[in-house]
Amino acid sequence: MATAIGVANQVDWDVPEQTGLWQDAWIRFRRNRLAVAGLAVVIILIVIAFGARLPATPGGLWKILHITGDPFSQNVVDTYAHPSLQHPLGTDILGRDQMSRIFYGASISLAIGIIVQFLVLVIGGSIGMAAGYYGGRVDNLLMRFTDIMYAFPDLLLVLVFVAAFGPSFWSIFIAIGITSWVGLARLVRGQVLSIKEKEYVEAAIMTGSSPIKLILKHLVPNSLGPVIVTLTFGIPSAIFTEAALSFLGIGIRPPEPSWGVMIEDGYSGIFADPLQVLFPAIAVALTMLSFTFIGDGLRDALDPRMRR
Amino acid sequence: MIPVLFFVILVTFILMHMAPGGPWDREGRQLSPAVINNLNIKYGLDKPLWQQFWLYLWGAVHFDFGDSLQSPGQHVSTLLLESWPYTLTLGAVTFVLLVPIGIGLGVIAALRQNSWADYGALGLATVAASTPNFVVGIILIIVFSLELNKITGGNFYLPTGGLPQPYNPFQIQLIMPVITLGALPTAYIARLTRSSTLETLRQDFVRTAWAKGLRPRLVVIRHVLKNSLIPVVTALGPTFAFLVTGSFIVETVFAIPGIGRSFVTSISSRDYTMILGTTLLYAGMIALMNLIVDVLYVFIDPRVRLNS
Amino acid sequence: MAQTLLQVEDLHTNFFTSRGVVKAVDGVTMKIDAGETLGVVGESGCGKTITALSILRLVPEPGKIVSGRILFRGRDVTKMDDEEIRDFRGNDVAMIFQDPMTSLNPVTKVGFQIQEAMTAHSRFTPQLAKSRVVELLKRVRVPAAESRVNDFPHQFSGGMRQRAMIAMGLSNEPALLIADEPTTALDVTVQAQIIQLMKQLNRELGTAMMLITHNMALIASLCERVVVMYAGRIVEEGPVEQIFKSPQHPYTWSLLRSVPRVDESRKDRLVSIKGLPPDLTKPPPGCKFHPRCPFVVDKCKVDEPSLDEVAVNQLARCWVLMRNVRGEDIEAAKASALSLDAAAKLKAAGDVHASS
Repeated sequence: MATAIGVANQVDWDVPEQTGLWQDAWIRFRRNRLAVAGLAVVIILIVIAFGARLPATPGGLWKILHITGDPFSQNVVDTYAHPSLQHPLGTDILGRDQMSRIFYGASISLAIGIIVQFLVLVIGGSIGMAAGYYGGRVDNLLMRFTDIMYAFPDLLLVLVFVAAFGPSFWSIFIAIGITSWVGLARLVRGQVLSIKEKEYVEAAIMTGSSPIKLILKHLVPNSLGPVIVTLTFGIPSAIFTEAALSFLGIGIRPPEPSWGVMIEDGYSGIFADPLQVLFPAIAVALTMLSFTFIGDGLRDALDPRMRR
Repeated sequence: MIPVLFFVILVTFILMHMAPGGPWDREGRQLSPAVINNLNIKYGLDKPLWQQFWLYLWGAVHFDFGDSLQSPGQHVSTLLLESWPYTLTLGAVTFVLLVPIGIGLGVIAALRQNSWADYGALGLATVAASTPNFVVGIILIIVFSLELNKITGGNFYLPTGGLPQPYNPFQIQLIMPVITLGALPTAYIARLTRSSTLETLRQDFVRTAWAKGLRPRLVVIRHVLKNSLIPVVTALGPTFAFLVTGSFIVETVFAIPGIGRSFVTSISSRDYTMILGTTLLYAGMIALMNLIVDVLYVFIDPRVRLNS
Repeated sequence: MAQTLLQVEDLHTNFFTSRGVVKAVDGVTMKIDAGETLGVVGESGCGKTITALSILRLVPEPGKIVSGRILFRGRDVTKMDDEEIRDFRGNDVAMIFQDPMTSLNPVTKVGFQIQEAMTAHSRFTPQLAKSRVVELLKRVRVPAAESRVNDFPHQFSGGMRQRAMIAMGLSNEPALLIADEPTTALDVTVQAQIIQLMKQLNRELGTAMMLITHNMALIASLCERVVVMYAGRIVEEGPVEQIFKSPQHPYTWSLLRSVPRVDESRKDRLVSIKGLPPDLTKPPPGCKFHPRCPFVVDKCKVDEPSLDEVAVNQLARCWVLMRNVRGEDIEAAKASALSLDAAAKLKAAGDVHASS
């Protein structure tokens, strides 16, 4: 005989089949050649980034392997050198080896782009969950707040924040984090709301047991897909913001070679040697493109509507 | 709209004053404490914060945003009015071009799905959407100013410098900035239009329209586009906001003396009043644009109108 | 005496999908006379909708008419050029679809949508078309037609929307109106009203009607003749009364057995057809219905039967035919489709159904 308690205890049958979903998604993802290419590029970049910072000497692993020079040592004799064996991407206005700087910059961009998503997840996720779970006035208040944040262009807020706290890695990091959570919050809230309406949650509430665990149990597998896609799309946007800020002079400060800084340096010397501005610019564009393709691929692969 | 603006002022104000350091910090030789003190008194920065806030609000309502801290004697409003025409010209020209081009590309791609035109447009849009706008700008400069100059022996090139005329939309200096500013939003609008149109084409009522024997042009315009462009109109609000934030970068790259560029400089120099004034201006414009879009939406989608 | 309006000859419409070629319509031949009401019945995926769409050349990608002729008053629809087919649609033959909510443009007024059906064909001037809209809405019994003309689809109820669709379909006085599951998306009570309306319109206007449905009861209310389709082919056809009284194809028999009937003993149970519709990319050999047929014999698994005349005006595609099935086999078929305890009760009561 089915009772409310009995039903509530049986909820396992409603949790979607996990292994099937992910394997299925991976197969679909693999079919999207652009996404796979993007993934390959990102993996290479991550390797490069790690190598540039570990061991913690200038130039890191790559200098030790004699692939590149050293991102910080200047050499005023050898400025704007053409690409050569010693300096595969040439040198900049201060004679610094460009390739190692690009590698170093990769670590900055990837760090900001990827790690900031955790901040976004925490902020957006908590707000979304709180709004969805508590509902009522809490929901109203939070959603009005979210709408205001949404109406406000991100870059503007980031600029103001960075203006306040001075340009640095951490102020950019936090600034991006506190301005990019809106989409995720809405997503999570929607998921919580739809789960709240399911019968097994109502049953649990009726029998007096707290539905929190139940909701969490169902929230995670159901929303993991869209959340991952949203966060993946947030990465190129974060990378762009950092590069833009650094380019404008209000981001990472030299001599730290973030790509944005390099672009700014190259830009002032654009008439002397356009190559120096192209390398970091292409690096940024390529990275953003790769993450965008990955995001597209993930979105299509995890789309439940496309399941046969 | 009002709560948004109020919130914006509040947040900006708080951030400004929370920031370490003040507007009088200089690189290198610092001003003496006595001078700093006098400056503070002169600009009312010695008053308690809430009083400063209140005074500012009072002034703002009367459109008096105080004087620029870095350009003594100049009203913020005057400075803004000077740079406004350049930004307006840039933004308006870009907007007027990007909407028809973006929508046009999207519609063509959708109607000729999976053809060369579709993949071409889609590919172009993806690349444009993933390339940061300063990269686009820089590449344009390199190609059309530097290289073209070299190739044509100095006869033909697109100038980057030279002060553009404020209200004249037909000037050659605008070509590159407009393309740079408009590339991403055009791509975004094109993709949105394409996916919305594809979605609409699958709808039953389109089949009904064909079954009635309507001419293809009527089916496309009256039935498909009338529905598929609705979400595109909604996207115009955020597009406008994007043009605003994009202008920071584009004006810096192309040395256009607009509000965006002055905003960036006021951030590096911590000119509080300028920052506040400009932020307020931006927020106001964006809020206004969103309001217009909301109103427009009621007109184009009869389903949201109140039933009489 | 009755002139043939539409003649479909050996129509083949295939879908070229990534998983193979789906023969949605696999050699269908049928005809409709002027003023006739024809029912096309079968389960989902049997090809009835695609047949109708083929008549109007509205088959969606990746489908294509590959062979056969569709003759409307002698002209071959499959050979018409773009302008001719445009003129043909909505004018000579009109079609209405299943879900009236999604079949109407949500951002255009209903009255205008009916009006444009007329102005598309220049049979009526724009002013005349506009006034005719009200007249048409009245004809399909939409209350307050004058004010309703300016409403949007979401302001109409489901039944009213379908009436509006019918009005739109009939606006150019077509010779044939094809209705694809016109009542499936509606409430049961409204369903009856719509079918009644169609019957009245058929009488008043003399418009021929092709009713496509999976619901045998609707066929009985409206149609004179019926065509039964399965897996892209016609498996039985004939006058409605005759088919209902003595269906010869086991599929038809099963369909009829699965509908509750007032004139039957209440102790009779409904029969559901076991199994699922066949995968049309890999159809079974021999008779396409044999895996699910309660009366299958060996020949069915090997040879596909042809559509032969089994009685006056009645055709069936079967080696066995219901009239050759023994009574105890019929009872066994009914019993095996029931749950175990119900079957036992049935045997105990010694029930015999007097049909077939």
